Amino acid sequence: MTAIISQAPADRPVLTPRTVLLALGLVILAVVPVIGSDYWLNSLIVPTLVMGLAGVGLNLLTGYAGLVSLGSAAFMSIGAFSTYNLILRVPALPLPVALIVAGLIAASAGVLFGLPSLRIKGFYLSASTLGAQFFFEWLFTNFHWFSNDSMSLTISAPRLAIFGHDLNSPVGRYSLVVVTTLLLLWLAHNLIDSRIGRDWMAIRDMDTAAAVAGIPVGRRKLLAYGVSSFFCGIAGALWAFCYLGTADAHAFDLDKSFQVLFIVIIGGSASILGNFLGAAFIVLTPIALDILVQALGLDGIVDHGTVSNMLRIVFGAIIILLLIKEPDGLASLIGRLARRLSARPSRGTP
Amino acid sequence: MTLHKTLALFGALLLGSTSLSAAAHAADHDGQQLYPLLSYRTGPYAPSGIPQWAGIRDYLTYVNDVQGGVDGVKVFVQECETAYTVERAFECYERYKNGYDGAPVAILMGTSSGFDAAASEKVRADKIPLVTNAGGREDAVDGSVFPYQFPLLFDYWTEASIVVDYVAKQVGGYDKLKGLKIATLYHDSGYGRDTIEPLATLSKKYGFEDIEIPVPHPGEQQQAQWQQIKQQAADWVFFRAWGVMAPVGIKTAARVGFPADHIIGDIWTGSEEDVRPAGTAAKGYLAVSVFPSGTDFKVSQTLKKDVIDAGKGDLKDQSKFGSVYYNAGLVTAIIYIEALRTGHKQFGDRPLTAAEGQWALEHLDITPQRIEELGATGLLSPLKVTASDHEGSPAAKIVQWDGKEWHAKTDWLNGDRALFHDAIFAKAAAYAKEKSLPAREAATN
Repeated sequence: MTAIISQAPADRPVLTPRTVLLALGLVILAVVPVIGSDYWLNSLIVPTLVMGLAGVGLNLLTGYAGLVSLGSAAFMSIGAFSTYNLILRVPALPLPVALIVAGLIAASAGVLFGLPSLRIKGFYLSASTLGAQFFFEWLFTNFHWFSNDSMSLTISAPRLAIFGHDLNSPVGRYSLVVVTTLLLLWLAHNLIDSRIGRDWMAIRDMDTAAAVAGIPVGRRKLLAYGVSSFFCGIAGALWAFCYLGTADAHAFDLDKSFQVLFIVIIGGSASILGNFLGAAFIVLTPIALDILVQALGLDGIVDHGTVSNMLRIVFGAIIILLLIKEPDGLASLIGRLARRLSARPSRGTP
Repeated sequence: MTLHKTLALFGALLLGSTSLSAAAHAADHDGQQLYPLLSYRTGPYAPSGIPQWAGIRDYLTYVNDVQGGVDGVKVFVQECETAYTVERAFECYERYKNGYDGAPVAILMGTSSGFDAAASEKVRADKIPLVTNAGGREDAVDGSVFPYQFPLLFDYWTEASIVVDYVAKQVGGYDKLKGLKIATLYHDSGYGRDTIEPLATLSKKYGFEDIEIPVPHPGEQQQAQWQQIKQQAADWVFFRAWGVMAPVGIKTAARVGFPADHIIGDIWTGSEEDVRPAGTAAKGYLAVSVFPSGTDFKVSQTLKKDVIDAGKGDLKDQSKFGSVYYNAGLVTAIIYIEALRTGHKQFGDRPLTAAEGQWALEHLDITPQRIEELGATGLLSPLKVTASDHEGSPAAKIVQWDGKEWHAKTDWLNGDRALFHDAIFAKAAAYAKEKSLPAREAATN
């Protein structure tokens, strides 16, 4: 029970720096398309935001409700394929509605594969979501209807437009991703602060106690799977259409599921901001390392095969180092930094 | 303390390096032509990649160091690791599409079919010509619908007709094909499925029985499929694998007793990496080859003398010199350089822009005489590209593995491309309609 109390309401007193940070974040998001190049928008910011959003989806399930999933990418693929088919086959459907319906389809699949959570727990539960991972990759590869009988089995971005406004430019896609992400974050934040969120945390901390306290444990667990998959589904659609442009079932393989899981672990479980820190780390670090090597001119000295393999080792080493130094993830690192910074001025004033 | 250290490490990495890249260089590659090499030296397909990058780099090194550049213009290679993922390839593409350090991009040589397919819309928007050697989407040969895509050298439809042509010659003529059974064992992916349609057309025309058997990725288990081939008493097998599927298939064939010399591998199923692991089972195995292996070509000998023996080569494992994938890289680099030369004749000896690169590709004409001058006779087939035909003249040889190396069984075969012309251009037209693309204005010159 202590964990419940310490989680949500404890944050209330530090609301002011938080609001400032939030406002600052919004300003940055608005300014970025003006000053950022296509490269920054297309290759760095959009994937970070979308993977962060998928991280939020998994974090609601893992960090808040204490359930596991290895099938995040499967639910992402459902979102992507549903959006594609909805827009293709129901042309009257506007994009936001198609996204939401696709999210709901992913959510229902999530609930279905979450059913075993009513009977089994922990480690064993991951098998069911792992099943989802393999099932949907197989489904979208073998039933060509899903990719509209395309020879290459890929789905390509449908018209991205809202109310006749074309979004098929880097800034347009960025705006779509940012607005969708913000709306979903608002939803996630309210869910966590609501009764449902508190129920999830109670279940996470001790589900027997939660049941005794009158929480409908089974229903809440299924809801957690549904909500988590809803987020992942929309993230998947954004990943396929706002980032890649085209995708096939293999774009959402087990590796992607693990990536989402690592985002949660590295970012910090039970934290919203952490997901985006984690996503930035996972998406940007390999690129940053690559650019660093080039900038230092190392690729001219050492041969390329060695460099490419070294970079993977360095990336792995950074992850290990980070988790040893900061087992609670980047979110807690940033949190401690923020506290330290906010403590300093009061000491310094005469 | 710990907090500061961790933060410093992390912050320095993420922020420092990205800003560094922008500031560190001040256009010190002015006057050079950028070659962005979207490589994969890590990941599951690295063994196919590494020799290719070496082939490309060694030839470019030769052009730069020995010939003093292409008509005096040096080629500046920037390698970008993609690990064979589309995401990383996109990042690389975005990083280099507008040039780097003052060196512009004229032509992008694609390295993975996944990226090339996904980049279709991007290169159209960015107006950057993308070359996919031997294996892009076949409807992209219609340059009026796909102005920026060049699936040069080969396509899987032509491959299907070459295989049928070879089989016909073995059995004594096209009229003997009637009643024959040709099974196609394919990797169940877009690439693998690509020959279903042309084989159906060929089967209808010549009366052979067309048996199509998919193998799910990655193809580590093929017992059931080869049993099926035996049961249905297939006479020939057209084997379209990728990666680990190839050696497994050849070994399984031997186990069920299907003769290796009646299996014809696809162009991506005919490298040393595909047959060596299968050991003696692969002896006599046939394959379609667009990139013949070997080190006897004049150009290979020149590279050996001027680049590899001079210690400037990119290969670590020298046994890969002259392998199928090394020579594939070599062919890629030769085509790239010849395209630049074509462009220089029209626009002058300077780094070309992407628009000029596109013009150059559409006027590329590598004649047998030019190939002889390059010392690449037998390595590269003649290639003539036009604004309406973005493939050139597809050609391949049938080669046979003797347990140690590949031997050419035929000269360049062209297949029956005319048979598919209408079907392929109808596909391109359907694509143009689906995407409501405007008709392209008639190509200049």
